[in-house]
Amino acid sequence: MPRVSRNRRLELLAIGTAAGVFSGLFGVGGGTVMVPLLILWLGYDERTATGTSLAAIIVISAVGATAQAFYGNLHVDDGLLVGVPAVGGVLLGTWLQQRVSMRVISGLFALLLTALAADLVATA
Amino acid sequence: MILEAALIGVAAGAVSGMLGVGGGILFVPALVLVLGLSQVDGEATSLLAILPVAAVGTWRQYRYGNVRLGEGLAMGALATVGTVAGVALVNVLPVHLVKIGFAVLLLFTALQMVRRALAADPEPKPEKAGS
Repeated sequence: MPRVSRNRRLELLAIGTAAGVFSGLFGVGGGTVMVPLLILWLGYDERTATGTSLAAIIVISAVGATAQAFYGNLHVDDGLLVGVPAVGGVLLGTWLQQRVSMRVISGLFALLLTALAADLVATA
Repeated sequence: MILEAALIGVAAGAVSGMLGVGGGILFVPALVLVLGLSQVDGEATSLLAILPVAAVGTWRQYRYGNVRLGEGLAMGALATVGTVAGVALVNVLPVHLVKIGFAVLLLFTALQMVRRALAADPEPKPEKAGS
């Protein structure tokens, strides 16, 4: 890992490890953990923290998916069926972002997440 | 089923692009509740679905100058022990605990969205460089 000093590497190791455990445990990228830590601890601005966490997520999700494949839990067909169209969705979303009210979208999304949480707990 | 999966992907990607949240928070419930995967299989498969989204997102943000590529890739590589430990953990934990943990994560993200909605300008904004 050139261009990254030893101290910096220890900091990235700590943040990465926390994000990795979180990612493996919940099947998410780990941005929820990395972005605030990069901002508060390493002094990143929000955009750079978000962008840099995406690069880390490429590696983390590849490692996590591979580890899960060894447990026989990975559904490759479903993953690709959802993941590849999602790329088009992201482009659509960034286009929509400039044309719709973020307040309404954020509020609706919060409602959806709350409903999903209730559904999940009901089946736990 | 194929159409459903593709539509879920587009919708999850769109929300991700608009609000800057990761895809996983939506992929997991979609894979579990709509496509009928178990919680742990849904989480495993979500990690694969995230890959193309993160790769394209990184490429776009890199062009905006928002990615410190060396540090990001280093952080991801250094995360490997943690990631494998997390995967091992989710495979031994009781599933109801995993589900409750994920529900807490959903509620936490919902709270962040509410705070953002309250802070947001009600008018459409110019494009932000979030992911």
